[in-house]
Amino acid sequence: MGLYFVSARSVFLTEPNLVNISQATAPAAIIAAGMVLLLVSGEIDLSVGVVAALAPFNMHYLIDYYHVRALPAIALVLLISAGIGLVNGLITVVLKVPSFVTTLGTLYLVTGILLTTSHAYPAPIPEPAGGAIASWFGAADWAQLIWCLVIVVTLHIVLTRTRWGLHTIAVGGNLLGASEAGIKAGRIKIGNFMLVSTLGGLAGILEAFRIHTIDPNIGGGTTIMFTAVSAAVIGGTSLAGGSGTVLGAFLGALVLAELQNGMNLIGISANPYFLILGIAILVSMIANVYLSRLRRAGRA
Amino acid sequence: MAERAGGEALRVEHVAKHFGGVTALRDVNLRLAKGEVLGLIGDNGAGKSTLIKIICGFHQPDAGQIFVGGEEVVIKSVDHARSLGIDTVYQDLALVNELSVYHNMFLNRELVRWPLLSNRRMRALARHHLEDMGVHIPSVDDEVAKLSGGQRQAIAVARSVYTDARILLLDEPLAAMGAKEGALILDLVRDLKARGDVSIIIIAHNFGQILDVCDRVNLLQLGAITYDKPTTGTSVQELTDLVVAEYRAARTQRAGQAPGKPAPRARPRRR
Repeated sequence: MGLYFVSARSVFLTEPNLVNISQATAPAAIIAAGMVLLLVSGEIDLSVGVVAALAPFNMHYLIDYYHVRALPAIALVLLISAGIGLVNGLITVVLKVPSFVTTLGTLYLVTGILLTTSHAYPAPIPEPAGGAIASWFGAADWAQLIWCLVIVVTLHIVLTRTRWGLHTIAVGGNLLGASEAGIKAGRIKIGNFMLVSTLGGLAGILEAFRIHTIDPNIGGGTTIMFTAVSAAVIGGTSLAGGSGTVLGAFLGALVLAELQNGMNLIGISANPYFLILGIAILVSMIANVYLSRLRRAGRA
Repeated sequence: MAERAGGEALRVEHVAKHFGGVTALRDVNLRLAKGEVLGLIGDNGAGKSTLIKIICGFHQPDAGQIFVGGEEVVIKSVDHARSLGIDTVYQDLALVNELSVYHNMFLNRELVRWPLLSNRRMRALARHHLEDMGVHIPSVDDEVAKLSGGQRQAIAVARSVYTDARILLLDEPLAAMGAKEGALILDLVRDLKARGDVSIIIIAHNFGQILDVCDRVNLLQLGAITYDKPTTGTSVQELTDLVVAEYRAARTQRAGQAPGKPAPRARPRRR
């Protein structure tokens, strides 16, 4: 597909456009990377997009109203995001509400908090968070991509090479069996909820610095959440839990961004984007189901 | 208390368990010698799984005592039972299909060189241990999903033994298994018996093959052990008759209450 767009428009491979693609990929890929771990552990988070939208506002409140310095404020924002993940996790694990419903609730709850506190008006980036901090946290051309790559590689290693990852797979693959073996399944799930939410907060902050404004409607919301889930699913992660890859989700996010970008460049309207997205999800899910059936059939 | 070889592994005395108004176990007395293989049989609802769940720490008994290695213990949880060396192997619940054989072998007891897993060491140890126990699988790298039911069961048993289980409870190990698959498990039980340091209780529904490997057989009926004999002194036929007799008694009673129902068929012919 990339090749097609390259041949259709020489602009596709220019540096500004590659920056464009990287910036369109990164926030969704960052969230998708965490989403993969959560999905593999057998849960989902629908609220992460609005957590992303809320994060820069929290930064704005903390710096402009409470006079917290920029870096501690950003750290605090990530902590608050993690706290929302903790709430999602506790409701799901302790009260046994399905995560789809839990996070649907927190999705609206956080949206309400966001719109009420911001009066649905955009805010400027706080003065103390300008300059180098802004550059590091997303304003510089490649900043988002660097964050994204570091996170994707780290979480890929976490999922494939650490106890946390192994237990995440075990909990999603066989909850009862994993608990039988003494794995604290609740802790694994809650941890992954917190991971996704924290990454959501980070993605929201990166986006705010990139577009140089804090806007309740841009840089977060359900769109980025759905893009992240789509990226994970296209990358081969099972919604039923137990299997998935972070690198796959990254490629999924890249494909989606490239698709949208390429369609813009060749001048067709972005509306069919959703058509193609829908087909891509269906085809990859059907392939996924079919392949895993083949794999199972191959057993001795 | 120090134990000598051939001593007692487990003793259950006067154990009772009620769930609300339902009596699951009335008065169970059971003993298991070190290195012994005991077959526990009984019909559905006789209380087999309740008894097993008490021994493995999942339920706490309402009355009675449990002795492990001659010492009285109050088993508080599954983890506690495990720390006493008691482990249960369930039919198909124990393994994670999505993980490799060696990751399953070390599930929650992974070897780690922080922050990463020591995959190479786990792989080598798992391979070695499985060979040691005579469990043959194509590769320890395979996902468990690719293996047959018998192989999975064997791996679950091997895992329990590897993690120092000294009293193994096998819950219906041969259910839904072909003859070849079953033979794999029976051979494994025989090998364990030969080692002498593991005592095993096999819960069985169909006792044919099981009796081959058991030293003794207990029949659980209506919440109590009603029959206890060495396998050399009994036969499949006798056990079948015992279980069927209970059913017939109940049925005759029903038939008596409700005339017009068909009379019970003739008893199966004795050998």
